[in-house]
Amino acid sequence: MSEVESVESFAERSRLWLADSMPRVDPDAYIHGLGSDEAELAFVDRQRQLQRVLFDGGFAGICFPAEYGGQGLSAAHQNVFNIECVGYQMPALINVPTFVPCGAVLLEFGTEEQKQKHIPSMLKGEKLWMQFLSEPSGGSDVAGALTTAVRDGEEWLLNGSKVWTTGAWWSDMGLCLVRTNWDVPKHRGLSVFIIDIADPNIDVQRIEMLNGSREFCQEFLTDVRVPDSDRVGEVDDGWTVGRRWMFHERNAMGGGSPLVSGPGVGHGGAGSGVDPSLVITEAMGRTDDPVALDLIGESLMLRRAATELTKRVGEGMASGAVSDTSAAITRLMNGVVMARNWTIHAELAGSAAVAWESEGPLDGVGVNYLMRQSNSIAGGTVEMARNNISERVLGMPRERTLDKDVAFRDVPKGPPASR
Amino acid sequence: MEVTLSDDQEFFRETTLRFLTDKSEPDSLRSLQADAHGFDREYWRQGAELGWTSLLISEDHGGGSISGSGVVDMSIVADAFGRHAASGPLISTNVVAAAIDKTGSEAQVADNLDGFISGERIGAWCLSEPAPNDGLGAVTSSALTATADDGNYRLSGVKGPVEAGAQADVLLIVGNTDGAPTQFLVDPTTDGVTIRPLESVDMSRRFAAIEFDDVVVGSDAVLGEVGGARGAIERQLHIACMMQVAEMVGAAERVFDMTVEWAFDRYSFGRPLASYQELKHRFADMKMWLEASHALGTALASELGADSPSTAETASVAKAYCGHYLGELMQDCVQMHGGIGLTSEHDLHLYFRRVAANRATYGTAADHRRRIAAGRLEPGTESEMAA
Ligand SMILES: Cc1cc2nc3c(=O)[nH]c(=O)nc-3n(C[C@H](O)[C@H](O)[C@H](O)COP(=O)(O)OP(=O)(O)OC[C@H]3O[C@@H](n4cnc5c(N)ncnc54)[C@H](O)[C@@H]3O)c2cc1C
Repeated sequence: MSEVESVESFAERSRLWLADSMPRVDPDAYIHGLGSDEAELAFVDRQRQLQRVLFDGGFAGICFPAEYGGQGLSAAHQNVFNIECVGYQMPALINVPTFVPCGAVLLEFGTEEQKQKHIPSMLKGEKLWMQFLSEPSGGSDVAGALTTAVRDGEEWLLNGSKVWTTGAWWSDMGLCLVRTNWDVPKHRGLSVFIIDIADPNIDVQRIEMLNGSREFCQEFLTDVRVPDSDRVGEVDDGWTVGRRWMFHERNAMGGGSPLVSGPGVGHGGAGSGVDPSLVITEAMGRTDDPVALDLIGESLMLRRAATELTKRVGEGMASGAVSDTSAAITRLMNGVVMARNWTIHAELAGSAAVAWESEGPLDGVGVNYLMRQSNSIAGGTVEMARNNISERVLGMPRERTLDKDVAFRDVPKGPPASR
Repeated sequence: MEVTLSDDQEFFRETTLRFLTDKSEPDSLRSLQADAHGFDREYWRQGAELGWTSLLISEDHGGGSISGSGVVDMSIVADAFGRHAASGPLISTNVVAAAIDKTGSEAQVADNLDGFISGERIGAWCLSEPAPNDGLGAVTSSALTATADDGNYRLSGVKGPVEAGAQADVLLIVGNTDGAPTQFLVDPTTDGVTIRPLESVDMSRRFAAIEFDDVVVGSDAVLGEVGGARGAIERQLHIACMMQVAEMVGAAERVFDMTVEWAFDRYSFGRPLASYQELKHRFADMKMWLEASHALGTALASELGADSPSTAETASVAKAYCGHYLGELMQDCVQMHGGIGLTSEHDLHLYFRRVAANRATYGTAADHRRRIAAGRLEPGTESEMAA
């Protein structure tokens, strides 16, 4: 097509294609992360297949450039697709972190060869990516990575450990932030590499979360050999990549990235369908209780506020009216809204959030309450988002740190982490 | 930050802000405090020339918009009003104007709209009632009765707080005719109408309680259909909420900016307040509330302007969110100022008052949260829900 398809025509075409090609959402579908390994693998496979259907239909990577297998369309096209696809099964799992931040980082910093090699296989659902950022010694201070790469001719040798990667055991590739120079200040000695998780020198261990999920992983890297051609960005300049990586991650967490395709982040509600606050209230027979009505109203209000905020900040960033650092505002909102909504759900469920029948609408409400902070930690904590908003959006003084202008080797560190 | 205005709207916004910077600076606001009317008629006429009272009136009736959406333009004026805590019956007059424009008879249009547009005439919408009928549920099932009597109607009951009730030239009254709502246009000097000015938190706006003691009006006073005003009242409520939200956002943004500046300039322990992480994090939360409020205000204005069926829920979401969080933002800004934040001499309270007044009129945050829930549990019946 020489002319860019109009948004209206694209919406119409999406609607017809979705109805023809994509399965409807199944309310009894398997919940990711909470079943046997077989069920989990089957779920992941299904996600890959769904992505392949999108790819074959010409609807994968709507905002990815056409030369790498995407559709080369605008955020407005992605927005209408996000609306049209509500009610259909979508491969949410592949979008974050494979497309964003990993794909977004490759688009921005990858070599032509890296983009040709990796983006199409992402969009086809063939390769799932992970971000290897956090380490046992700390995730907020992500530039404080201890995992080290040492040059050996045209290769690098990687040693260390990464942690809290969700689903590394069934993923294929990773974007890994490592230290390449200990003799310069923290931010000036980092580099980014593409790694293959199947490498026998990467030992992937699983960690059980308090809801029983065993998706969390830790990776131990022992003399992992990576060719220099798999380096993303310049040697020791990994933080230039890292800063944009964090931006893409926050933007995905806040629901604002046009490279993410699907009905959008849930803000603690159903991505589509009836809001859980209503379902729980009906199940508890509390529809006449004014306290319940107040809580439902609050929950719906918060979701809507988060959605509208994401729209506003997204438009502001796209038009240049506000800088990309504003993604921290939506990231913060997403964290606090999800936390409040899972509390509201538990409140509405009352004692059924403590003990419940294993089937039915009240299943999981109490466990979600225990997991409430997950969205305030994953993707960079809400405290770090608050630091970012105050320091980078409002321009307030940075926190005093003890790691500036000293060789990273000499920066004070806590005792080795227990993991 | 403004992300979505056209050039015409930007120009309109600047003109309005310039006028208000001149006419509604802190000293003149303070001098209004002792003024029984709360605004100056000549100032209002000048504002009307800028378009403040014609945006919600159709071109057929002599009104018109700047951008094609009078509602969006009105939200720009309301935002500027909040930013300056401006005086004058902006919400009440425009709600009444929009109501008459929509369903007024030829005579009602002729008697009122030209006067509104020129700024000569002021309207007041008598919707709220004192406790125990003060919840939003009572809004559409008014306790003020309007009994048919030989071609006339007899109005009995109390309304309040009514914005500009003692200043208005015409009252638009929500009454209950045999269990269904009807609106009446009544001259405030009619026999049996008693208007009592109320004290209020707002410095530059006035509220009144109005008693109707067997007030007799002709059937020509009915606006729209007898017993059929529910939809019109809903729409008027959405307009009022849209304007209140825009005002609150404008007022909150001004105070937020003022407080950020203060945090840079004020030192303790040899450091600016803006360097303390506890305070920085609270500023981050405030920034988030402010941007989310702004986003909801934009969504509401655009849905209301387009007559979208989701307007009712969006109006309640916006009012509930801003009513709660912008109130908290103001209180946090007072806290960040320390002692000076509680004084009359500091300007903060001028704008704080506007948020305090708007957050609990035309429905509290709690009223609106319940409306959201009721609308979802029984679609289409949100306006009938009991408080
Ligand atoms: C569900 C989930 C999925 C995740 N997936 C991945 C993944 O795929 N890849 C990956 O690399 N990581 C992943 N993470 C890890 C996540 O990014 C980190 O947990 C997070 O960045 C925090 O790091 P930490 O756990 O080391 O806590 P720490 O950094 O030790 O922080 C502990 C607490 O201190 C606060 N804190 C720290 N520094 C400051 C400061 N300067 N100012 C104020 N407060 C501060 C933090 O906010 C936090 O509350 C995931 C986490 C979760 C929960």
